[in-house]
Amino acid sequence: MSVSLALLLTAGVLVACGVYLVLERTLTRVVLGFVLLGNGVNLLFIVAAGRPGKPPFEGTADPETMSDPLPFAMVLTAIVISLGVTAFGVALAYRAWQLFGHDEVPDDVEDRRVLRRGRRRPGDADVIWHQSLDEESRRGALLASQRDEEDPLGADLSGAEDVAQDPTEADEGESRP
Amino acid sequence: MNLLLALPVLLPLGGAAITLLLRHHPRIQLGLTVSTLVAILGVAITLGLVVPEAGVLVLQIGNWTPQLGIVLVADRLTALMLLVSAAVTLAVLIYSSAQTVSENTERTPVAIYHPTYLALVAGVSMAFLAGDLFNLYVGFEVLLAASYVLLTLGGSASRVRAATTYVIVSLLSSVIFLAGIAAAYSATGTVNLAELAVRLDQVAEGTRMVIELLLLVAFAIKAAIFPLSAWLPDSYPTAPAPVTAVFAGLLTKVGIYAILRLETLLFPASQTSTLLLVAAGASLLIGIFGAVAQTDLKRVLSFTLVSHMGFMLFGIGMSTRLGMAATIFYVAHHITVQSTMFLGAGLIEYRGGTTNLARLGGLAKTAPMVAVLFFVPAMNLAGIPPLSGFLGKVGLIEAGIAYDTTAGWILVGISVLTSLLTLYAISKIWNRAFWQAPSEMVETDGRPIPRVMTGATAALVGFSLLLTLGAGPLLHYADAAALSVLERSPYVSAVLGEEAAAQLVYSIGEDGQKVVER
Repeated sequence: MSVSLALLLTAGVLVACGVYLVLERTLTRVVLGFVLLGNGVNLLFIVAAGRPGKPPFEGTADPETMSDPLPFAMVLTAIVISLGVTAFGVALAYRAWQLFGHDEVPDDVEDRRVLRRGRRRPGDADVIWHQSLDEESRRGALLASQRDEEDPLGADLSGAEDVAQDPTEADEGESRP
Repeated sequence: MNLLLALPVLLPLGGAAITLLLRHHPRIQLGLTVSTLVAILGVAITLGLVVPEAGVLVLQIGNWTPQLGIVLVADRLTALMLLVSAAVTLAVLIYSSAQTVSENTERTPVAIYHPTYLALVAGVSMAFLAGDLFNLYVGFEVLLAASYVLLTLGGSASRVRAATTYVIVSLLSSVIFLAGIAAAYSATGTVNLAELAVRLDQVAEGTRMVIELLLLVAFAIKAAIFPLSAWLPDSYPTAPAPVTAVFAGLLTKVGIYAILRLETLLFPASQTSTLLLVAAGASLLIGIFGAVAQTDLKRVLSFTLVSHMGFMLFGIGMSTRLGMAATIFYVAHHITVQSTMFLGAGLIEYRGGTTNLARLGGLAKTAPMVAVLFFVPAMNLAGIPPLSGFLGKVGLIEAGIAYDTTAGWILVGISVLTSLLTLYAISKIWNRAFWQAPSEMVETDGRPIPRVMTGATAALVGFSLLLTLGAGPLLHYADAAALSVLERSPYVSAVLGEEAAAQLVYSIGEDGQKVVER
């Protein structure tokens, strides 16, 4: 099977741009990145269809000389699906903008937690280990890890709705004069 | 009889359309959704009875040839998956009916809940029944699109944040899947699974490996196998309990089902066996360590879900007859139990007002019914004899010992350790939520739980006990399913005829090794 180099290169460029955009922080760019990625992959199907031929209508030409219609049918389906999903992604970005004022993709919860642990390690450890055995500390380290109000850990990890959100880069940019 | 195969997809799609039109009549909507799901359960039971006798059923939609048109195929494995998923979706919907009516009526748009739920069911059924790779992709997209909506139900801040990660990761896996299909089509000129099976046997080793790895990564993201599992514990816990239950039970299992088909039908006993075993071991260990470290009930359960996906991957990685049979049994068991656990978590949240384990307490006294409904599936998940989780794990460990390689023995060790740690994580939940003195934050006088919710959970607990009681016949069934999956020829000959099946080069022997047939 011969393959069109131009198509392959175009697909490659689209995928590369798509990957770059997907790695961005804001959801809108990520969604645009997926549009490019999807188009790049759709081009791969057209590569898979092989050489261009006559239109595949029954009885108009020798089937040997027609293009293979199946990949195009699949591409059409994929386009429709990506249309719907893109619409959802944009709606999600809009909702995020309504709620938070930006549409940045949040950090991984666990990552933030580990980072915060690392920050407050010096000195703070003594407080945890040397506290007296009152009623609260009988509940063990579990509650101790959630004790200080600065660390809305339990709330953040729970399924409760509308908990306080950790500041992201955009928030910090706004708060700085 | 073959027309039955279309029903698990058509019924919920039609139901979704009608319930969307009836969005101003919540009671009719509910009735319609329940009756649709009951009908699907009926179809699934019929299929479960018919398939073992009639062999693999094939439906060519619109009488197109299998190579060009859409084919729906049901073998034993598919029938079992359909049956379990139908039972679980029905129970979860009944459970959620009580919750949505009593709780969030003003805040969440209940009107779109039922249509979306039915679309999700249609997508799951389609993925199980799909006879070609592209239809599998469409099934995945249908269920994913529905899951995006269900996850963001109400559009609150925490759900939007959780859904962002989920949507991005799912989109990525879809794009990789699509690229895999394009590669498979370029290499073979077909997307029909049976014909792919025949033609991929002729394809050069390197090309085959590339296609396999592409598809494997796409499915592994969906199944939340370890290096690709980080999205799951962040996104599932924020959804409403019934939604999480159905996601945890079904969506990851659809991924495992796809991996099972991939590793047996398309790429029999390929060189990725070791890779799968390593991923299984890593999932088991890292998932369960995550579960032990968590402080939120739903997050503990999400991490045990990641961990226990490793058990199923273990069996697929060995691909011996015994391992495969145990895996199929374990999938059925795990769908039921994991969903029940999340429903139980929903009950705890309803009664205690939170899922934070530090704040919960004293539920054993105040809500003994919840305690029982949580205890049974919890012990089942941990694999306490004589429950079905124990039987599945014994099967897998026995298969691992019989497999008798270094990787097999390491995995056996990890499996046992994981079971033990699961018990630890579970008993941690039990101690904190049910036995510790309730903190002042818990509403000790909490709301009474609607009967429908406990009833639906009890029904699922009963179903999981049924899996235990019927374990003998079910394991025979799973064994037959495993045998036909490993032989490959029953599937191919049912779809394409005997001649095509005769062209198959490889099959998988009972010891999990690749057998060259011709």
